[in-house]
Amino acid sequence: MQTTFTHHQSAHCENGVASNLLKNNGLHISEPMVFGIGSGLFFVYLPFLKVNHAPAISYRSLPGQIFNKLASRLHLKIKRQKFSSVASANEALEANLKNNIATGLQVGVYHLSYFPDEYRFHFNAHNLVVYGKTETDYLVSDPVMETVTTLTHDELDKVRFAKGAFAPKGQMYYPINTPATLDLKSAIIKGIKNTCRDMLAPLPLIGVSGIKYVSKQIRKWPVKHGTKKANHYLAQMVRMQEEIGTGGGGFRFIYAAFLQEASVVLENEELKILSKEMTQIGDAWRNFAVEASRIYKNRSVKEDAYNTIADELLSIANREEIFFKKLKKAIR
Amino acid sequence: MEKEKVPQDKGNLTQSNLKELVYATDENGNYTTALSTGWEPKTIALSNSIDEINERIADAKQQVENGEVSPICYYMEINKMDLTILASYVGMWKWRVKRHFKPAIFAKLSPAILQKYADTFDISVAELKNIKTA
Repeated sequence: MQTTFTHHQSAHCENGVASNLLKNNGLHISEPMVFGIGSGLFFVYLPFLKVNHAPAISYRSLPGQIFNKLASRLHLKIKRQKFSSVASANEALEANLKNNIATGLQVGVYHLSYFPDEYRFHFNAHNLVVYGKTETDYLVSDPVMETVTTLTHDELDKVRFAKGAFAPKGQMYYPINTPATLDLKSAIIKGIKNTCRDMLAPLPLIGVSGIKYVSKQIRKWPVKHGTKKANHYLAQMVRMQEEIGTGGGGFRFIYAAFLQEASVVLENEELKILSKEMTQIGDAWRNFAVEASRIYKNRSVKEDAYNTIADELLSIANREEIFFKKLKKAIR
Repeated sequence: MEKEKVPQDKGNLTQSNLKELVYATDENGNYTTALSTGWEPKTIALSNSIDEINERIADAKQQVENGEVSPICYYMEINKMDLTILASYVGMWKWRVKRHFKPAIFAKLSPAILQKYADTFDISVAELKNIKTA
């Protein structure tokens, strides 16, 4: 049993699944467009929530939000279902496949057998598409992989019912109603406004002020926690920023690609200039990762090294503050 | 990031022959996508995390051998879990799981509870009771 579905590799799983499912329904929306309209760019620091024994830092909005916002801004209807039992989850998926509906699933990464071991940790907000089923396997399109792959029936049950934070509970989703014409312009503007609002939010842990706060904390890490833990925290931060899925520079490059596309749709030259500026900010994030890696590579470094990268982070935050203020003006 | 500068370092993905997609600009400054085999700062970050996990595993093993904690602790680390994740997999309150970390209490656990842990860790009850057999 197999539905008609074409796999395209993407940088980030949620954008990728959204973009692939929509393309499959005849709507050609690129990954950066999905990310931009869905206001995926974000920053949040949650020191009280520990992920892999380090404070949680996210460069994107909550799982599921991107596709939901995209859908409401483009007036698409997405059906989402969660399940209390493995059996009912399988039944629903099977029914979909029978009706030629390729289906998006939220899954846990830990039991994804096609991932390299090093990447299998307890992270439950991964997304993939199941587009078919054989006697033994499910046919899987994981957008971060170059080609399609498979999971055994058992394996798919396990990843759909992974436990812990953001437990997927078998969640599946698929578009049920797609309009013939799209009003991209108003959707783009809404998406950009939302991102500017998030990034400039007057709250301490979110957006630009969140980045500034982390910069302040980094200075304290080596004294407060010792070098070893401080290095671990720093390494985790870089992983969140650069690991598979972000497209590099904590999603800044995807966002820059979005702004470039948006400048064409909106016929707004300023967005093109801002896209270039965002690229440079992305490069600054990459530099930050390089500098940070020097610290945790050498293991024993002076406290001063932490101050240096904290300064770098602060300068990125300041640049982003100016950037998002300009962006807000540019679409008015 | 410019397309020619997309890093192609040997990374953790190379051995599995995986490449990730990144966004980069072409010679005209327009965005396009490129594949990357890996990037050194990232590889170091990941190996740093893996070292950290291995250290935690070794520590836990030592503690089990010293009779300070029950084998559940060791298997929790091996499976890259923490208390919250483990508790949600076995479907028990965190304080209860924490209690099972005590060797004396672990020794008195019922077969059904032991089976729950064994299933979660994908091992047999015998392996759960004795980390040497694992």
